[in-house]
Amino acid sequence: MKNLSKAEDQALIKEQDFFSSKLERRSFLRFAGAGAAGIALVAAGCKKDEKAEVGVYLGSGDVGILNYAYALEQLEAAFYVQVATSFYSGATQAEKDILIDIRDHEVAHREFFKNALGANAIGGLEVNFSSINFSDRTSVLGTAKAFEDLGVSAYNGAGFLFRDAGYLTLAGKIVSVEARHAATIRELIAPNSFANSEVIDANGLDKSRMPAEVLSIAGAFIKTKINANDLPTS
Amino acid sequence: MNILNILDEIEKVDAEVYERLNPRRKAMKEFFNFGTKVAAASIPFAIGSMFKTAYGQTTASVEQVLQYALTLEYLEAEFYVKGVAAAGLIPAGASVAAITTIRDHENQHVAFLRSAITGLGKTPVSKPTFDFSAGNGSGTGPFATVFTNYDIFLAVAQVFEDTGVRAYKGQAPNLLRQGAVLTAALNIHSVEGRHAAKIRQMRKARGANVKPWITGKDNGIGLAAVQPSYDGEDLDTQAGIKITGINGQSISSNAATESFDEPLTMGQVLAIVDPFIV
Repeated sequence: MKNLSKAEDQALIKEQDFFSSKLERRSFLRFAGAGAAGIALVAAGCKKDEKAEVGVYLGSGDVGILNYAYALEQLEAAFYVQVATSFYSGATQAEKDILIDIRDHEVAHREFFKNALGANAIGGLEVNFSSINFSDRTSVLGTAKAFEDLGVSAYNGAGFLFRDAGYLTLAGKIVSVEARHAATIRELIAPNSFANSEVIDANGLDKSRMPAEVLSIAGAFIKTKINANDLPTS
Repeated sequence: MNILNILDEIEKVDAEVYERLNPRRKAMKEFFNFGTKVAAASIPFAIGSMFKTAYGQTTASVEQVLQYALTLEYLEAEFYVKGVAAAGLIPAGASVAAITTIRDHENQHVAFLRSAITGLGKTPVSKPTFDFSAGNGSGTGPFATVFTNYDIFLAVAQVFEDTGVRAYKGQAPNLLRQGAVLTAALNIHSVEGRHAAKIRQMRKARGANVKPWITGKDNGIGLAAVQPSYDGEDLDTQAGIKITGINGQSISSNAATESFDEPLTMGQVLAIVDPFIV
């Protein structure tokens, strides 16, 4: 980032503050817009040949989309690993069984992407779970719900960006499992919230989100800066 | 024979369906007529393999995919409409509220797909006549008590939802690079996944040995008739990568299979739903 203007430099510092600051779980959605603006500033301030200097670089094309999925799976897996290491107080055996299963699924997804990407895989991301109270059921399940709904919308929104039918199918194999997770976690929080109007519209359709929006939301939980500049957008 | 109805419906959008299945169309029709008389029980398997051969390796058009999806949504929508309307079937309160939510989504999917097809300048296929006993119109199939026995109703619901997930997934490659149509299909696909998880939890609460996700190729129902909806779900190698124990992680074989839902081809799904269509 050698030739950043001072204004851009300050924007970048603000962006780092945003990602590392402690955010209440409910507030990250409110800050999502600010995060997206920050990413845009970073993008504007970088020349193509400097991209490797801005955190991890996801890449372009299908590889970029797969790395994007790998990043989200890293986040989810890290979360559930911590959840299952020391369960929140009052966790029932049924809840533990569900959370352990989900942990295993997310770890499997993470490791699958790592191997599938091979030399193209991004490195391990550093997460920031300072806003989560892992001993509190409401905090843990609320975060799990946010992650699962976000994951579903991310895969749904990324599908049309794939050039390769095989990768699209693989993403499809994973997203329905994320949807099963989302519904299951939601039922632990509130009966019959598995597919309520928070996530399903009047046409009976689930949400889809573009990578920039997803990363701005997920960014509240990821310390490592993610460069998604070259992801396809159409 | 109901299969001819399905073939006729497909023929409306794929004039060469009979040729795909067998170049001698007349022979095909004769085969099916013959089949009804002597070996009805073995027909689904024969049909399944024929559809698989005919459609397994070929691509379907956007319209074909949407018409196919509409047919499956008609099936689900009418199933839940009848279930909710059946007096005394679903326990009042949370259970009927959950099924009503799912019913509403399936009705919305029907309306959405019909408008999408109309938007393509095409005519939506009409709703088939269904036999939810899976008796091909006899009303005396393996699920004859589907609207009087709540556990049977939930079992059929689980099969429909899990099959629906696999059906949409199987069509994603045919919608590659199709923008909004693909996104809409994916947005329906994940809703079916949410439904499947909920139905499975409802069954578990009533004593069924199921999780919200599919373990191995277990149908969790104990009826061989529903097994085609689960065959192939036990895959534990994805894109050539073995998932069990991947990279030294303690991922069991069960967890490996649960982590990925598997697609079904159009032919496989049509063979599965065939007994439900008159």
